[in-house]
Amino acid sequence: MSDIPLNHILMLASILFVIGFVGVIVRKNTLFMLMSLEVMLNAVGIAFIGAGSAWQQADGQVMFILILTLAAAEVAVGLALLIQMQRRFKSLDIDLLSKLKG
Amino acid sequence: MSQSTIESLLALLPLYPLVSFVLLISFAKRLSWHLAASISVGAMVLSAISSFTLVQSLSVEVPVLSTHLWAWFTLSANEQINISFYLDGLAAVMICVVTGIGLLIHIFAAAYMKEDANFTRFMAYMNLFIVAMLILVLADNLVLLYLGWEGVGLCSFLLIGFWHHERANALAARKAFIITRVGDTAMAIGLFMIFKEIGQLTIADVNESARALWIIGDSQPYWIALLLLGGAVGKSAQLPLQTWLPDAMAGPTPVSALIHAATMVTAGVYLIARMHPLFLLAPEVMTYVAWIGALTLLLAGIAALTQTDIKRVLAYSTMSQIGYMMLSLGAGAFSAGVFHLMTHAFFKALLFLTAGAIILALHHQQNLFKMGGLLKRLPLEATLFSIGLVCLMALPGSSGFFSKEAIIAQIFSSTTAGPLLWLCAIVGALITSIYSCRLFFLAFMGKARFETSLHPSSSKLLKLSLIALAILSLVGGAFTNILALSLAPVFALAPVMKILNEPAWLHSVAIATPFVGILFSWFYFAKYRAPGDEKLSENTSGLARFCQQGLGFDRVYSWLFIKPYCALAQLNRKDIFDQLMMLNAWYVSLWHDVLVSSQNGKIRWYAAAIGLATLLLLLVLLLTVNIGEVSMGVSL
Repeated sequence: MSDIPLNHILMLASILFVIGFVGVIVRKNTLFMLMSLEVMLNAVGIAFIGAGSAWQQADGQVMFILILTLAAAEVAVGLALLIQMQRRFKSLDIDLLSKLKG
Repeated sequence: MSQSTIESLLALLPLYPLVSFVLLISFAKRLSWHLAASISVGAMVLSAISSFTLVQSLSVEVPVLSTHLWAWFTLSANEQINISFYLDGLAAVMICVVTGIGLLIHIFAAAYMKEDANFTRFMAYMNLFIVAMLILVLADNLVLLYLGWEGVGLCSFLLIGFWHHERANALAARKAFIITRVGDTAMAIGLFMIFKEIGQLTIADVNESARALWIIGDSQPYWIALLLLGGAVGKSAQLPLQTWLPDAMAGPTPVSALIHAATMVTAGVYLIARMHPLFLLAPEVMTYVAWIGALTLLLAGIAALTQTDIKRVLAYSTMSQIGYMMLSLGAGAFSAGVFHLMTHAFFKALLFLTAGAIILALHHQQNLFKMGGLLKRLPLEATLFSIGLVCLMALPGSSGFFSKEAIIAQIFSSTTAGPLLWLCAIVGALITSIYSCRLFFLAFMGKARFETSLHPSSSKLLKLSLIALAILSLVGGAFTNILALSLAPVFALAPVMKILNEPAWLHSVAIATPFVGILFSWFYFAKYRAPGDEKLSENTSGLARFCQQGLGFDRVYSWLFIKPYCALAQLNRKDIFDQLMMLNAWYVSLWHDVLVSSQNGKIRWYAAAIGLATLLLLLVLLLTVNIGEVSMGVSL
C-alpha cells in the first residue's frame, strides 16, 4: 500500500467537496450543477476509500460502490428532468424554477 | 256579552291592522287599489268597532279590563314581562282616538294617495303604525309600552320619508328619528332605574309600589320622573327636543294628520298621565312639566305667526297645543289634559286633512302666499277648515273651548303651576287666535294669488271623512261628562283643585282672549284679506326670518352638537384606537415579510443556506468538543 497519509486524503476530499458545493451554488446552468454534484459525491467517495485503506477495512469500498450506483441513478433521473426542463422552459436556468416562492 | 268574549275582543284589537299590514306588505303591488284600500280600511273598521264595544263594556262596576296573552320573558325571580293588555278609562280614550280618528284618516288616505305608485306600501305602514300605537296604549307593563313606543317611532320615520326620492324628505325622516331617540334613551334609562329601585315593571304595580316606597320629595322618584319626562318631551316635540316636528311635515298629509297631530305626538302626554302617581311624588318635576309646556306653547305660537307653509303653521300649532296638554298635566289637571288630547286630535286631524285637500286642489302648492280667495272657490273645504280653526281658537261652543277652558281654569290655583303659568296660557291662547286668523285670511280671503286652475277632488270618501271629523270637532265638547266619569277612577290620586283665591274675572278673561286676538288680526292683517291688487309679500325682516326658522333652535343645536361632533370626527379621521389595534397587525405583517423573503423559490439559495447552516453546526460542534477536551484535560 502506498503511504499517502489519511490527512492528505481528507484534505483533498474536502477541497473537492467545497469546489463541488461552490459549483452548485454559483452555477445557474442546471447541467453544471449536476456535474458539481458529481464532484461532491466523488469527494465523499475519496474520503471513504481513503478511510477504508487507512483502517484496512472493506467497508469504505462498499460504501464507494453504493455511492457510485446512487450517482448513476441520480444522473439518470437528473438528465431526464433536464430534458423536460429544456422542453418546457427552453432554457436550463435553475432560477426559472421558482414557482414555490412565498 | 260575556267576560271572556270581551277579553278576547281586547286581545284581538291590534291583530286586525297587523293582519292587514302583513297582507299588504307581502302582496304589495299585486293588489289593486280597491283591494288594498278595502283591506286596510276594513281592518280599521273592525278595530274601531271592537274598541267602541270595549269602551261600552267599561262601567263604574268594571273600571278595568285586562287580558293576558303570553309570557314574553322572565326578568327576575318575581318579575315576568308579559304580553298583556290593560284597558282602563285612560286607555279607553286613547284607543277610541287611535282607532276612530285612525279609521277616518285611513278613509281619507285611501282617496288622497290613490294615484301614488306605492299606495299599498303607504297603507301598510299606516296599519303598522296603528298596531304599534295600540300596543303602546294598551300595554300592561312598561317594556311592552316601550315596544309600542319604538314601533310608532319607526313608523313615523318610514312615513315621513315615504317620498324618499327627495333628499330633503329623507333628511327630515332621519332628523325626526335621531331627535326622538335622544328622548327615548332617557326613557330607557328611566325604565332601568325603575326596575333597579322597585324591581317591577307592570305599570299598576310600579305606581302602587312607588307610593308605598317613597314619600313626596324623595330623590328616586324625582330622577325617574325626570327621565320619563325626557322620553315624553322627545316624542311629543316639546322644548328642547321640538325641532323635528316642523320638518316632519315632509311626509304625506294623512301622515301628518294621523301621526304628527292626532296620535303619536300625544304619546308623551299619555305616558305622563299613565305614570302620574310617580310624577305626583316629585312635585318639582310636575313644575318642570308645566314650564316646558308653557314655554313650548309660547315659542311654537310665535314661530307659527310667521310661517309661510300651511302645513308648518299647523305643525307649530300642534306643538303649541301639546304644550297646553303638558301644562295641564304639570298643573295636576290630568283629565283636562287628556280631554284636550282628544278634542285636539279631532280638530287637528280635520285641519290637516282639509289642508291636504286644499293642497291637492292647488296642485301641491303649500305656500300661503300663493293661495288666497279660496273661500268662494272651495266652499266646502273653507267651511271645514274654519270649523277646525274655530275649535283651535277655542271659541265658545266648540270642542276646543271645553277642553282648553278646563285646562286654563285649573292652572291658576294649582300648587305646581300658578298665576304666572296661567298668564302664559292666556298669552298662548291670544297668539293661537292671531295665527289662526292670519292663516284664514291668507288662504281663504283676499285675491287669488295663483295662476293654475283648481281641481278639487271629487272623491266621496275624502269628503265623508272630512265631514265626520268636522262633526266630531264641533260636538266633541259633549263628551266632557262621559270622559270625566271614565277618567275619574284613573286619576283618583290627582290633587283636588281648591278654588280659594281665584278672582272672579279669571274665566271672563279666558273666554274673551280669542276674541281680542280676532279683533287684533282683523285690523293688523287687513291687507291679507283686502280684495285689492296690492302685491303681498312675506315679511323678510331679520326677526321674522328668525321666528320662521323656529326661533333659531336648529342653528343653536347645529353649533352645540353637530359642528363639534363633525369637527371631532374630522380630527379623529384615522381613528387613534384603530391605529393602536393595527399596530399588532403591522408587527405580524412585518415578520411575514421577513420570512417570505427567505422563501424565494431559488434552489441555489436553499442549498447555500443548508451549507451555511451545516458549517455553523460544525463550528459549534468543533468548539464544544475542544472545550470539552480542555476541561477534561484540566480535570485529569
